[in-house]
Amino acid sequence: MSAPVDRIPSTADRPSSDGPLIIANVSRRRFLQGVSALGGLVLAVGFPSALRAADPPKYGADGMPNGWVDDPLAFVSIAEDGTVTIVCHRSEMGQGVRTGMPMIVADELEADWKRVRVVQATGDEKRFGNQDTDGSRSTRHFFDPMRRCGAAARTMLEAAAAARWKVPVDQVEAKNHEVVHRATGRRAGYGSLAKAAAGQPVPARETVRLKSPAQFRYIGKGELKLVDGRDIVTGKAHYGIDTRLDGMLYAVVARPPVYGGKVASYDGAEALKVPGVVRVVDIEGSPAPPEFKPLGGVAVIGRNTWAAMQGRKALKIVWDDGPNAAYDSVAFKATLEDTAHKPGKVVRSDGDFDAGMGAAARRLDAEYYVPHLAHATMEPPAATARVVQGKCEVWACVQSPQGTRDLVAKRLGIPPEDVTVHVTLLGGGFGRKSKCDFVLEAAVLSKAMDGKPVKVTWTREDDLHHCYFHTVSVEHLEAGVDAQGKPVAWLHRSVAPTIISTFNAAAKQEAAFELGMGVINVPFAIPNVRIENPEATAHTRIGWFRSVSNIPHAFAVQSFVAELAAAAGRDQKDFLLDVIGPARQVSPQTLSDTWNHGESPERYPVDTGRLRGVVETAAREAGWGRSLPKGRGLGIAAHYSFVTYVAAVAEVAVDDKGQLTIPRVDIAVDCGGCVNPDRVRAQMEGACVMGIGLATLGEISFKAGRVEQDNFHAYEVTRMAGAPREIRVHIIPGDFSKPLGGVGEPGVPPIAPAICNAIFAATGKRIRRLPIRDQLKA
Amino acid sequence: MTPVTINGRRYNVDLPEDTPLLWTLRDHLGLTGTKFGCGMALCGACTVHVDGQPVRSCSTPISAVANKKITTIEAVGNDKVGKAVQSAWVDMGVPQCGYCQAGQVMSATALLRRTPKPTDAEIDEAMSGNICRCGTYVRIRAAIQRAARQGATS
Repeated sequence: MSAPVDRIPSTADRPSSDGPLIIANVSRRRFLQGVSALGGLVLAVGFPSALRAADPPKYGADGMPNGWVDDPLAFVSIAEDGTVTIVCHRSEMGQGVRTGMPMIVADELEADWKRVRVVQATGDEKRFGNQDTDGSRSTRHFFDPMRRCGAAARTMLEAAAAARWKVPVDQVEAKNHEVVHRATGRRAGYGSLAKAAAGQPVPARETVRLKSPAQFRYIGKGELKLVDGRDIVTGKAHYGIDTRLDGMLYAVVARPPVYGGKVASYDGAEALKVPGVVRVVDIEGSPAPPEFKPLGGVAVIGRNTWAAMQGRKALKIVWDDGPNAAYDSVAFKATLEDTAHKPGKVVRSDGDFDAGMGAAARRLDAEYYVPHLAHATMEPPAATARVVQGKCEVWACVQSPQGTRDLVAKRLGIPPEDVTVHVTLLGGGFGRKSKCDFVLEAAVLSKAMDGKPVKVTWTREDDLHHCYFHTVSVEHLEAGVDAQGKPVAWLHRSVAPTIISTFNAAAKQEAAFELGMGVINVPFAIPNVRIENPEATAHTRIGWFRSVSNIPHAFAVQSFVAELAAAAGRDQKDFLLDVIGPARQVSPQTLSDTWNHGESPERYPVDTGRLRGVVETAAREAGWGRSLPKGRGLGIAAHYSFVTYVAAVAEVAVDDKGQLTIPRVDIAVDCGGCVNPDRVRAQMEGACVMGIGLATLGEISFKAGRVEQDNFHAYEVTRMAGAPREIRVHIIPGDFSKPLGGVGEPGVPPIAPAICNAIFAATGKRIRRLPIRDQLKA
Repeated sequence: MTPVTINGRRYNVDLPEDTPLLWTLRDHLGLTGTKFGCGMALCGACTVHVDGQPVRSCSTPISAVANKKITTIEAVGNDKVGKAVQSAWVDMGVPQCGYCQAGQVMSATALLRRTPKPTDAEIDEAMSGNICRCGTYVRIRAAIQRAARQGATS
């Protein structure tokens, strides 16, 4: 293979989308240069929980590994030309964090956004605080620290100007990228102050003056364009799959088709005959639990991706399928149903459920099924690694750069300090890219190739076959209702393999964080409640998928409430409000929820007033109660997750042939306040489409231990024609007086039940098994 | 050697003839703006223009594009319609993760070239080969309509 006639300029060694930092004049970066130069002056890192284990539990960012950092020296630098560089330490996967997080800093810094550039942090939580970009946590955990960062840097600029002008610091004010002396109108630009400000002490956290929300110039406005928008539409944006290094080789891996299987024997001779194939390399698998370790298998390394793929096809591998060879989704559904019909471990009990049922005028029960799902990020997992002289650099689309760093180091047997994780843009994450198995593959292969850089690319088939799947669940519900149809007793038995099984092979019960996703922490005004969690065994890798256990729980609970409403002959929305009950603050502890999304139960009680608020808003905006032609219906569902309240009203149309369309969805969201309202809307729009996809189409099934879906023809996701013509997002106004809630995930859970409730309104048919697919077909 | 013209430059590509255009662009020529999503022409992430027509490059061997003119996302903005689409995408805040958007922009540009004033149904028809897992479809529709309006006034 020879080089093309006309050589394209090499992008070799481009570390990530933060290229400009590399070429910045180092002398211009001395101001606020970073912790290494100023060691002792660094503000305390916010992870007291690790230091004082005997202290009371820590919540929010305090409770996360490596907590938070609000040190301007870590996050902000200013060049003498006035360019402000802000580090984004969270991974960008479409939620807009590379715009939102720096926007917070820039606002408090009084920086002119046009002169701000954003660089991406490497994996380094000691320096930046927690970087696990999941759990809808970035803004809610880093809003305050990032504000303090910007405000502290602003304070240092003001102090530098005051010193230069020999005036008291309270006579100067930072405003739009310059400091002004109020009395004389003297001005100094941030660039001219940069060096002097570097000599100013970082102000003590308690002394930093934050803006009032009325003074915000960017926060809450939603007027800034995406930092990466132009690069994205011109093909310049750098994703994990886009890394190119000099001398780089390309790998694909044949992995055991059944989880827990391994290579019995293989012959790579034919693969090596494929033009462009360089080598065939074993990757050692690992015994259960899977954790984030590579699955093992046989890698084919080539001079381009296509050659490696062709080589893989030519491999002759005999697999030992191992203990999960009989995993079969049809049989497993029956197993889960059997389990759901028997009592299980009681995880919450209010009042006396049996007595309540005994006294009930009528008893109803229903069972709901949600299958495995795959994230199917449009960018499949892909990573590049280079292991040279005992040090490893990786370029990868990861949600967990520090975790990746630690696990690469562990696998290679080197200290984490010798691993650098460059975080690229993520072409979708949804939880899949929290798991760095694919990065470890690249590291292992680069080492095997004597340090040559190796990029591992997963094909779509790899991605669907070897996902960390959303769990599969049967949710069994029973209710006893009084003469008016109002529930007086409520049983929810949730049966699903737990994510914990990915870390502890013996785990068979849902963890507190799974129960706390809408099965246990349901704040209904029902006196007698029993929540049970029988055992379920995992036969594949179970992982978190955008909004996680909230999906099956909300589908079941919100469908069942609608079923009770129908049985009572009541309006669904009015009945839902009655079940929620009056506005009140419910302590998660009284719901036996010890998790509360990791947040303080005092700071984040379950507020039924806010839940009612989104129900009422969504209903009003959707024109609830309006008359619709035959075959059309409205359905509503509300769900509290990631400490945010969301309600959705779906309008559906079902034609004579049972063809479903969803012309319009109204979504009301109360997340306390919005840093970037346009991205909150975008997340709700996207969550709606993903919710439609899992409601109508999405299913991963297993037969003989193998995933049956290979690509998008079999694992269908929503396409343009299946998306609503209108998704209307209604944000409950917030003034930042309430603590912030999550945004990335909570839009998903109410969508499926809202659709199914609308289908019931339109047709009288109740959907209890997802996906809907052809269940409506005549 | 397969002679191809990509974004106005001529190349002689020395790769096996069955090598897909996608991997020729990405791995051989370093044009990584065109994305891999499925390898089976199911998702549209790899869409390029071949003699002005939208084509899934993942399923197009280079032998099939010999002596043809290929335009990728890196150069589609040189064209008035492509530029209007890119601007509409930025102005409307269409992208979330952005990975599929190169393919979306290529498909939308091809649509507007042949149908300058598409209806929503025509947009759905033309764009349903392009998957967006982030679910930006409502904004894509709006951005196409916006680009169509701008095309009319420019």
